[in-house]
Amino acid sequence: MLGYLVEKEFKQIFRDKLLPKVILLFPFVALILLPYAANFEVENMRLVVVDNDNSSYSKELVGKLTANNSINLISMEPTYNAALDLVHSDKADMVINIPRDFEKDFVIDKKANILVAVNSVNGMKGTMGGMYALSIIKQYQDEKTSEIIGINDNSGVEIKTIYQFNRELDYKFFMVPALMVMILTIISGFLPAFNIVGEKEKGNMEQINVSPVTRPIFILSKLIPYWIIGMVIMTIGFIVARFFYGIIPQGSILTIYLFSFVFTLAVSGMGLILSNYASTYQQVVFMMFFFIMILILMSGLYTPFNSMPEWAQKIGAFSPLTYFIDVMRCVYLKGSKLTDLLPQLFKLLAFVLVINSWAVLSYRKTS
Amino acid sequence: MKEFLTFTKKEFLHIFRDTWTMMIILVLPLVMMLLFGYAVTTEIRNTNIGILDYSKDETTRSIINRVQESEYFTISNYFNSYDEIDQSFKSSENSLVIVFGENFSENLLHLRKADIQIVADASDPNAAKTLVNYLSNIIGSTLKDLNKTTIENYEIKPELKLLYNPLMKSSYNFVPGVMGFIIILVCAMMTSISIVREKEKGTMELLLASPTSPITIIVSKLIPYFVISLINIITIFLVSYFIMGVPINGSLFWIFILCILYILVSLSLGILISTVSDTQLMALVISAILLLMPSMLLSGMLFNIESMPLILQGIAQAMPAKWFISAIRKLMIMGVDAKYVLHEFGALLLMEVIIIGISLKKFKKRLE
Repeated sequence: MLGYLVEKEFKQIFRDKLLPKVILLFPFVALILLPYAANFEVENMRLVVVDNDNSSYSKELVGKLTANNSINLISMEPTYNAALDLVHSDKADMVINIPRDFEKDFVIDKKANILVAVNSVNGMKGTMGGMYALSIIKQYQDEKTSEIIGINDNSGVEIKTIYQFNRELDYKFFMVPALMVMILTIISGFLPAFNIVGEKEKGNMEQINVSPVTRPIFILSKLIPYWIIGMVIMTIGFIVARFFYGIIPQGSILTIYLFSFVFTLAVSGMGLILSNYASTYQQVVFMMFFFIMILILMSGLYTPFNSMPEWAQKIGAFSPLTYFIDVMRCVYLKGSKLTDLLPQLFKLLAFVLVINSWAVLSYRKTS
Repeated sequence: MKEFLTFTKKEFLHIFRDTWTMMIILVLPLVMMLLFGYAVTTEIRNTNIGILDYSKDETTRSIINRVQESEYFTISNYFNSYDEIDQSFKSSENSLVIVFGENFSENLLHLRKADIQIVADASDPNAAKTLVNYLSNIIGSTLKDLNKTTIENYEIKPELKLLYNPLMKSSYNFVPGVMGFIIILVCAMMTSISIVREKEKGTMELLLASPTSPITIIVSKLIPYFVISLINIITIFLVSYFIMGVPINGSLFWIFILCILYILVSLSLGILISTVSDTQLMALVISAILLLMPSMLLSGMLFNIESMPLILQGIAQAMPAKWFISAIRKLMIMGVDAKYVLHEFGALLLMEVIIIGISLKKFKKRLE
């Protein structure tokens, strides 16, 4: 019986005009576009310079500031106000005002001033850009100092830094494994729920209820295809990560498959719960948006989990995504083994148990 | 006119009867503000750090003390050998380890040179870079304090001025973003699904065959969503102004006009999506993938558009949310004159005209 129903579901999915395309294309597009968008680096800050000094020092400093692609000089303005005007109209992000006698002050009085004004509506971008400019100015100051004094004092402590697991410091290596979790959540967790609510809305549910098909079998027949599709999607994810980004899991791929399967059980259970409470498409869509947004934002996908306040971490601890994202990053980048990840596995298994019992209970209630 | 009112009333009833959806629509903006305002942060805090100290002398102890005192770090492990470090990274116990070489104080005193190593778990490269920076600063300043023989230096004294947001509140950035997102969600996605629902059920044909004009039917469907988005916008304004202390620096009149324009653009997008999709699932997929996701990621709410590859920057230009957010930021936070947002207004108006044009064409075709 179950076999026939699963076969029917598969046929329906593949006969649909849109679904197979979405299922295939979504992981590709998401994995290829999102990592490029999800980037906290600050590049291409647009700089306006007001150079009241026009000396060789001021010109050299401007040259240093714009030496790499973090800061681009877009124009030189005669007055500070003219420069601010460009910031107001969002044509520039940063103004550097070099006062008159900058060079003279530095060489003779040993003290020169400079003003860095940066648009900080986006606080992080503002500080990062500003701090970056300040660090270059500091560097320039040290260079000039040793040039004038003529000594090169490099004694002291040398701090060597070793960046483990991600030597090139490429943010994409961090995002790609975690984004696979998001994709799996949407496809294996939410599509079956849409499907079930669709049946409800069309009135097919009533007919199923009076047929000899028992409810568990019916639900299973809805879920199994998406579990299989979920595994296929993970495989697509591995392939894209390998050939598009050159990211190879340091740990075992079997560990990832095991966790993916357990995770899929948990999220499809979540989808089921929602589909039990919702009776129309619009409802289920909205509920899902509500929950997926909270789950994704609090799971540490885009922002560091440990930086959240304690209450938020406690809420985040109730999301299966939190653990699976951690696991993916650990296995992919650090090569963690199953034995390192047992706590996460047990937590996910607990989720599977609790969520699916809830799903079964809430199903009986409504019928 | 009476017909129109009756239809609008019917649509309102449809929505209000659906308590779940109503509740979520009204609560969603608040939850988003709460999350972005108080939970999610891009700052790095509460980091566990491990220590491997081969010297255990005065200097290393004072450095360790400074590290412990700083708000960023908590010392979680003391290691005895190098091999333990890797294992602690793999089980995510700490993300940073300081290694002091042997005879640290002595070397520093006699050779004027000593070894410190920072081993960082760089799986999150941004966090790793920032943490290494913090740590180097702490180490540097501790050593400077211990060793007071500084040479008088030449100095450039920079003044850093943080325009518009001197207190660095993140709310200044995300409030416009949340508005842009919520309106797309309510207007484009919900509207398109609700129109397509009538199509899917076959009731659309009935309505179209009735003496009521098609325009009346569509407009009456839009009105409730228009009202709901206004309510959402007002809630966001109230919460951000009174609770989060986000200023409203510019003219309320222009902010209001801007919001209306953006709501209209989003509603038209909803209509457009409904004309091209046959099933609710399709409307959902189109609006989620083509509108919602880009509006969240490419609007500058979380990530900087300028740092993205050119293709993505191009796509961002086509998103109404990007223009709305940019304009509302300028009007509300930067408090600039309306003349500085002409560009954004123009872009939104142009989009509105194009979208309405296409949907009308498609819609007429359907009727024939």
